[in-house]
Amino acid sequence: MNDNEILFEYLLRLGDNCAILGQRLAEWCGKAPVLEEELALMNVGLDLVGQARLLLDYAGKVEGAGRDEDQLAFFRDTQEWRNFLLIEQPNGDFAKTMARQMIFDCFQYLQFEALTASKDKTLSEIAAKSLKEITYHRRHSSNWVIRLGDGTDESHAKMQAAIDELWGFIPEMFDMDAVEDAMVAAGIGTDVSVLRARWDDMINSILTEATLQRPEDTWSVRGSREGKHSEHLGFLLAEMQFLPRAYPDAKW
Amino acid sequence: MDEVDMELEKAFQSKIDAELKIEPKDWMPDAYRKTLVRQMSQHAHSEVVGMLPEGNWLTRAPSLKRKAILMAKIQDEGGHGLYLYSAAETLGVSRDEMYEQLHSGKAKYSSIFNYPTLNWADIGAIGWLVDGAAITNQIALCRCSYGPYARAMVKVCKEESFHQRQGYEIMMNMSNGTKEQKEMAQDAINRWWWPALMMFGPHDKNSDHTSQSMTWKIKRTSNDELRQRFVDATVPQADYLGLTVPDDKLAWNEETQSYDWGEIDWDEFRNVVAGNGLCNRERLQTRRDAHDGGKWVRDAALAYAEKQKKRMADKAA
Ligand SMILES: [Fe+2]
Ligand SMILES: [Fe+2]
Repeated sequence: MNDNEILFEYLLRLGDNCAILGQRLAEWCGKAPVLEEELALMNVGLDLVGQARLLLDYAGKVEGAGRDEDQLAFFRDTQEWRNFLLIEQPNGDFAKTMARQMIFDCFQYLQFEALTASKDKTLSEIAAKSLKEITYHRRHSSNWVIRLGDGTDESHAKMQAAIDELWGFIPEMFDMDAVEDAMVAAGIGTDVSVLRARWDDMINSILTEATLQRPEDTWSVRGSREGKHSEHLGFLLAEMQFLPRAYPDAKW
Repeated sequence: MDEVDMELEKAFQSKIDAELKIEPKDWMPDAYRKTLVRQMSQHAHSEVVGMLPEGNWLTRAPSLKRKAILMAKIQDEGGHGLYLYSAAETLGVSRDEMYEQLHSGKAKYSSIFNYPTLNWADIGAIGWLVDGAAITNQIALCRCSYGPYARAMVKVCKEESFHQRQGYEIMMNMSNGTKEQKEMAQDAINRWWWPALMMFGPHDKNSDHTSQSMTWKIKRTSNDELRQRFVDATVPQADYLGLTVPDDKLAWNEETQSYDWGEIDWDEFRNVVAGNGLCNRERLQTRRDAHDGGKWVRDAALAYAEKQKKRMADKAA
């Protein structure tokens, strides 16, 4: 891979997380447990779609093959997506959605905070703009994890089950590989493996406040970097990509 | 009615006649309060149920930009629901009671949301026609005699006109697009035109609520007048899109300087209001499921807040 190809790949990793999580949150429309939360979920989803647009638009420019944000979002198949396995997991109940969100928000917060110092000016600007949004997302999701963990017996059980169910998707987020290494060496990317300690501190304090057990690290799954996804992603994409695929000549 | 009440009612009506606003703490006749609760809660429910037909296309929006715009719009509509529930609460009814009435079928919401969204142009048509009709109604409501309602409407109207422009922009892209897109756009106006006209309610001569509401200045303009205003404003917009309004009686009248047009199918109107439209049952069930399914979350939030309060108190002691 040449430098541009590496940067393109790196930007897809960042942007795809936002695009897929935004899509998952859109699925909540009309189904939230309370009207205020209907607004909050839409708001977070909207921020994520906005971040996806900036990152994929930039990815398309770096690639230089004439693909724009929509060509990247709507005309790639499962194997070409680079979002974490965590992100594509189905919404489940409100506890699972909030657990997934909190795990990612804490990660994305640390990652984007580091990326504000990126030598790539476009990327550092996107990171700085997004960081304000992510600060709110993180507060929102961790508050819900705490509220549900330390709420009723029922909500506690549901939140614990959600954390347990998602725990094995976490290690993948902190993996380094040739692309990540090259981006760190170029001063563009950040070393995510170093973020793990701070992420652990954040999560531990949230779990403690929520009276939840931190699960043992007994299992993990990986593969999104090579396009090896769970079966859920295909259905998400089929729904999301339907119109542009069915009418490829149309402008909307 | 005893003498005291008569005096109060006289003072109340003269306040309204003098174009003064009625505020929550002011005395008001029971029937005025009831009418407002009915109308405002119905309006709030419409905002919330109205999220569903649009939500139906949110995960299938054809570009990231369109998805973002639609998410923002749906968020706005939820926000309108919140202002309106809060405004209605000033009349002494709780949000839970209003939900209860919605879920039991006792309270209504705008029938327009019982129609299905079948293609992407429907999202354009809803913004253009449904938000357009809503604005026509709501601009009149900005001068409503009940202060909290009037103020909520001023806020809401600004956002609605934004929605209408965005809806029209979708229609513009579609009607200038490919052959299939044009067909979708025409199909959308075919299905949404008449239901949009029904949003203004029955003819004035058949409307139970109109005359009393006019005296109380809850309503300032009659159903038929608002409907005509909407037709006159919207037909030229359809012409500009190159779409055909599905009404063969539609014609410009030089004399009245407005459009003559056909007749609403009032049987269909009554049928949908009675709960037998294509989506009535499903819409209501979705709302019930969200509410019932979310109970454990609301209970947990409440339990947590109680614990926090107790912890604070223990700390202070
Ligand atoms: Fe609205
Ligand atoms: Fe609207």
